[in-house]
Amino acid sequence: MNWLTNNWPAVLELAGAHLMQSVVPVVIGLLISVPLARLAAGNRWLRPLFVTGSSLLYTIPSLTLFVVLPLILGTRITAVSNVIVALTLYVIAILVRSCVDAFESLDRDVLQAATAMGYKPARRFFGVELPLAVPVMIAGLRVATVSNISMVSVGAVIGIQSLGTLFTDGLRRSIVAEIVVGIVATVVIAVVLDQLLRLLGHTMTRWQRTGTAAPHASARRRDDTGDGADTGGARGAAGALATVESGGASA
Amino acid sequence: MSLFAEAAQFLTDPAHWTGATGIPQRLLEHVGYSVLTMAIALVIAVPLGLWVGHTGRGGGVVVGLAGALRSLPTLGLLTLFTLLMGLGLMPPILALVLLAIPPILSGTYSGIAAVSPALVDAARAMGMTESQTLFRVEIPVALPVILGGIRNAALQVLATVTIVAYINLGGLGRYLIDGLAVRDYSRMLAAVVLVAVLALAADAVLALAQRLVTSPGLRSTGDRP
Repeated sequence: MNWLTNNWPAVLELAGAHLMQSVVPVVIGLLISVPLARLAAGNRWLRPLFVTGSSLLYTIPSLTLFVVLPLILGTRITAVSNVIVALTLYVIAILVRSCVDAFESLDRDVLQAATAMGYKPARRFFGVELPLAVPVMIAGLRVATVSNISMVSVGAVIGIQSLGTLFTDGLRRSIVAEIVVGIVATVVIAVVLDQLLRLLGHTMTRWQRTGTAAPHASARRRDDTGDGADTGGARGAAGALATVESGGASA
Repeated sequence: MSLFAEAAQFLTDPAHWTGATGIPQRLLEHVGYSVLTMAIALVIAVPLGLWVGHTGRGGGVVVGLAGALRSLPTLGLLTLFTLLMGLGLMPPILALVLLAIPPILSGTYSGIAAVSPALVDAARAMGMTESQTLFRVEIPVALPVILGGIRNAALQVLATVTIVAYINLGGLGRYLIDGLAVRDYSRMLAAVVLVAVLALAADAVLALAQRLVTSPGLRSTGDRP
């Protein structure tokens, strides 16, 4: 504790750098992944390309990317931008996959109902498809965020400043307290961000707890295997759409 | 572009393929640490996951534990254990085991927990004992999910073993750390290629294993209850 009281300004500064390096990639990654996933969903050529590509990307260790990117981008090896680009790639690798699944698992009847109600493609995407994909996207975001926060510290091995610097510095100078502070600070950041994302998902999906959308959707799917011509399912889909709309308006 | 040519030269130089600092030796060390880590993690996490999944007891604890372990930075554990226990093989292996446990544990637990209760009830109704139910019904059905967790863990371990070179151990990370120390970027790039190829190869092998052990009864997913 003594070490922390003497060094907290430095710790705070490193924590800020750490937070920046883990959050910026998540935001950029999300903005890139959603359109990519929407393009790939149901597409015979793009889907396997993106899904296999992203899982291949994920097998490449982070330390190696931190080293290779400066050679490709022409940045200094200790530049923060290398970490940001590398982690953005990982976020895309996680999110494209889960977003493709989310868009493909949307109930077709809900989409048709939206079109029938006069939704143009853009409005249907932002008003219906995106909100319905939120739960899966939040799950992917939480995984990406927590793994980013852990990976950022690896950059310290090649001299990029973050909370990981406390580990390399603590080892070099044999200060156990410094390393413990670094571990605790990293875990605290991870837990806080994870809970914030959970809350965000909770407030954005209040329609999930109205209790009407899910049963109708699954009942309809079972109908599909029987005979197609029934009106109950269509009513259910319209009901689901209505709950999406009210959820979207209040969120 | 010359850097890539230099890296290719490093990789094709016969002198780098022999001796105690040669590529085969480093590769062997890298795989050795990974296998040791995975063996310890499997012995701990699989039985625990099976027990929790089968009995349904402590599921919340396991999910919480796995989440908490996941947010621990491996580099921090690596340096902490090294300071507390001294240089050697055990501190990094311990840190890596803690990295490998969460995916294996949650894969095993959620795989078993997701087996249809109707299936388990049917097994019991046919007179199977608890262990028969677990080993003949639940594990075969959950195997793809369990192996998915193991595959995930193995890839993370292979990637992270790269940083044990930071505390004076071997493995392919040696080329990265040593190359960085003398600003020899071609050597670092060569190491990157080797680690990436190793990771891709391991992933392909594990994916194949996952396919092979999947029971034929599980392959057609269309008509499951």
